[in-house]
Amino acid sequence: MHDLNNLLLLAVILCNFFTLGSSRLGACIRVVTLQGALISVLPVTVHGASGHSLLLGAGALALKGIFIPWLLFRAIREVRIRREVEPLIGYIPTLLIGALSTSAAFIFAEYLPLVAEHRDSLFIPTALATLFTGFLLLSTRRKAITQVLGYLIFENAIFILGVLLAEAMPLMVETGVLLDLLVAIFVMGIVINQINREFSTLNTERLSALKE
Amino acid sequence: MITALILLPLLAAVAAALIPRLRLAGWLLPLIGAGHFTLALATPLSPTGNGDWLILDPLGRLVLIVTSLLFLLCSIYAVAYLRFHQQQRDSRAMVPCLLFFLATLTLATVAHHLGLLWVAVETTTLASAPLIYYNRNRLSIEATWKYLLLGSVGIALAMLGILCTAYAVLHVDQPVSLQFDQLLANVAGSSRPWLHTGFVFLLVGFGTKMGLAPLHSWKPDAYGEAPALVGALLAGGLTSVAFLGILRGVQLMAAAGDLALARQSLVIMGLLSLALAAVFVVKQPDVKRMLAYSSVEHMGILALGVGIGGLATFGAMLHLVNNSLTKGALFLSAGNIQRAYASKHLSEVRGAMSRVPLSAGIFVAGFLAITGSPPFGPFISEFTILRGIFGEGHPWLGGVFLLLLAIVFIGMGGTVLMATQGEAPTDTPPSEHRDTAMLAGPPLVLLVLVLILGLYLPEPLRVGLEQAAALLEAKP
Repeated sequence: MHDLNNLLLLAVILCNFFTLGSSRLGACIRVVTLQGALISVLPVTVHGASGHSLLLGAGALALKGIFIPWLLFRAIREVRIRREVEPLIGYIPTLLIGALSTSAAFIFAEYLPLVAEHRDSLFIPTALATLFTGFLLLSTRRKAITQVLGYLIFENAIFILGVLLAEAMPLMVETGVLLDLLVAIFVMGIVINQINREFSTLNTERLSALKE
Repeated sequence: MITALILLPLLAAVAAALIPRLRLAGWLLPLIGAGHFTLALATPLSPTGNGDWLILDPLGRLVLIVTSLLFLLCSIYAVAYLRFHQQQRDSRAMVPCLLFFLATLTLATVAHHLGLLWVAVETTTLASAPLIYYNRNRLSIEATWKYLLLGSVGIALAMLGILCTAYAVLHVDQPVSLQFDQLLANVAGSSRPWLHTGFVFLLVGFGTKMGLAPLHSWKPDAYGEAPALVGALLAGGLTSVAFLGILRGVQLMAAAGDLALARQSLVIMGLLSLALAAVFVVKQPDVKRMLAYSSVEHMGILALGVGIGGLATFGAMLHLVNNSLTKGALFLSAGNIQRAYASKHLSEVRGAMSRVPLSAGIFVAGFLAITGSPPFGPFISEFTILRGIFGEGHPWLGGVFLLLLAIVFIGMGGTVLMATQGEAPTDTPPSEHRDTAMLAGPPLVLLVLVLILGLYLPEPLRVGLEQAAALLEAKP
C-alpha cells in the first residue's frame, strides 16, 4: 500500500509539471482531471476500504474527475478558446520555478516532524509542491480559465494533506468542503461567461480598470 | 435557539428563491432582520465542554449581535433601495442572497468546530459574490472576479492552516477532533512546528478574507463596485466574522502557551495594514474606495489591539463594535450621495451638503467618528488601544500608531470635505434623489448609536466585551 501511495503521489507531481509547461487548455483540463482522479483514490489506499473513505473517495472522484471537468470543458467550448497565449512568465521559466519549488518542498518537508505512520511517505512534499504549482498558475497566467485550474490544483494540494487527517474530519465537514468547491467553480464559470460577454475575451489583463 | 438563528434566514432565503412573488419582496428583509436580531439578543451563552458543534461563546455573541444589528438597519435601507431599482435592473437575486449571506454569517459566529467554521466562511464568499455583481457592468465583473478568486484562495489557505493545526494535534495520543473545546484541550502537547505553520496560514487565510494587508487588494474594488448596503454588510459584518476566524487561532496559540508568537505576527500584520491604508487613502478620488482603505486601516487597528494584549485587547473588542456600526453609517450615506450625483468620483461629487444635506451631514460626522475624533465611540476604543500600547511599554509603537492615524485623518478629510463642501456642480443635471426617511434613517440611527457608545458604555456590553477579551488571554 505504501508504494502505491507514493506512486500515486509521484504521478500527481508529474501532472503539476505538465500543467506548468503546456499551453493547450484542453490538455491542461484533462491533466488536472487526471490529478483529481488520482488523489480521490488516496483515501481508500491510505485508510482501507471503510465506509468513510469510500464515500470521500467517491465524492471527490465524482466532483474532481467528472463534474468539474465537464463544467470547464463546457466553458471553453462556449467561449471558443484553445490556448493560453502569452503568459506573464514564459513556459520554460515557470517550469524551472516549478522544479525549484518542488525541490524546496522536499527539503522543507524534512523539517516538519511527522507521526510514525507517515514517515517515508511523499504526502507532505507533494502537497507543498502542488500548492506552489497552483500559486504559479494563479499568478502567471492571464486566462480566467487557467486561473480556475490553478485554484483547482491548489484545492487538490489541500485534499492531499486532508487525506492524512481523514479521521479528524467528520464526513459532514468534508461534504461541506467539496460542496463549497463545486459551487465556487460553478460561480466562477458564470463569471467567466459574463467576462466573455462583456469583453469578448477571457484575458484577465483586460480586467484592469480598477486600480490606483 | 442557536439552530433557530441559522434556520430563520436560511428558510426565508429558500422561500424567497422559490416563490417568485417573494423574490422582489423587500419587506421580507426587515421582517427577518428584526426577528434575527431579537433572537440574537435573547440567545444565552451556551455551556461549553459538551462537544457540541454549535456553541455561542462570548466572542461569537459579540460578533453575532453586531452583525445582526447592522443587517437589520441595512435591511430597512434595502426596502427603499430595491423599490428604486426594481424597474431598472434584474434584482431577483438580491433578497435571497442577502438572507443566505446572513445565515452563513450567523453559522460562522456560532460554529465551534474549525471545519464547520471554514465551510461557513467560504460560503459567505459565494453568497456575497452575486451581491457585488449586482450592478452588472464591466467594473463590477472585474471586482467580482478578484473577490471570488482572492477570497477562495485566501480561504483555501485558511483550510491549510486548519489541517496543519489538526496535524499538530495528531502528535498527542488522543483521537483527533476539530471540535474547538477538544482542540483547545489537546493543543498544549501538540507539535510546535506544525502548530506555528498552521497559525500563520490561518492568519494569512482569514486575513485575506478580512482584508489585512498585503492581501487586501480585492477590497477597494469590491467595496467600490458593490451597492452601498452590500458594502456596509461586507465592511461591518463579513470582516468581523473573518476576524473571528483569526481570533480562534489566537485562542489555540494561547492554550498552547505560544501567545507571544501569535501576538507578534498580529502586530506586524496590523502595522503593515495601517501603513498601506495611510499611503493609499491620501488623495483618493473615489468616495467608496476611500472607505475601503479606511476599512483596511481599521482591520489593522483590530489586529494591532489584539496583538498588544491586555487593555488593548479590550479596546480591540470595543473597536470591532464601533467600526462595524460606523462603517455601516458611512457606506449607507455614501450610497445616498452616490445616487444623488450618479457618481462616486470627486470629479463630479461636489457640495453634497447642498444637494442631500442629511446624508452629507451623516457622512461628515461618520468620517469624524471613524478617524477617532471625540465624542464618538471609535475615539474611546482607539484611545483604549493606545493606552494599552503605552501601558505594555511600546512607546515607539504608540508613536507610529498615532502618526499613521493622523495621516489617515488628513487624507480622508481632504476627500470628504471636497465631496461635501462647496458649490454643487451646475453642469451635471440635478438628480431627483433627495433624502428620504427610509434611506437616511438607517445611517442616522447607526451614527447615533456610535455617538452613544462614545459617551456611555452600557454595563451588559462592557461585561460582554470583557468576557470576549478574557478568552484571548493566556490561560494560567
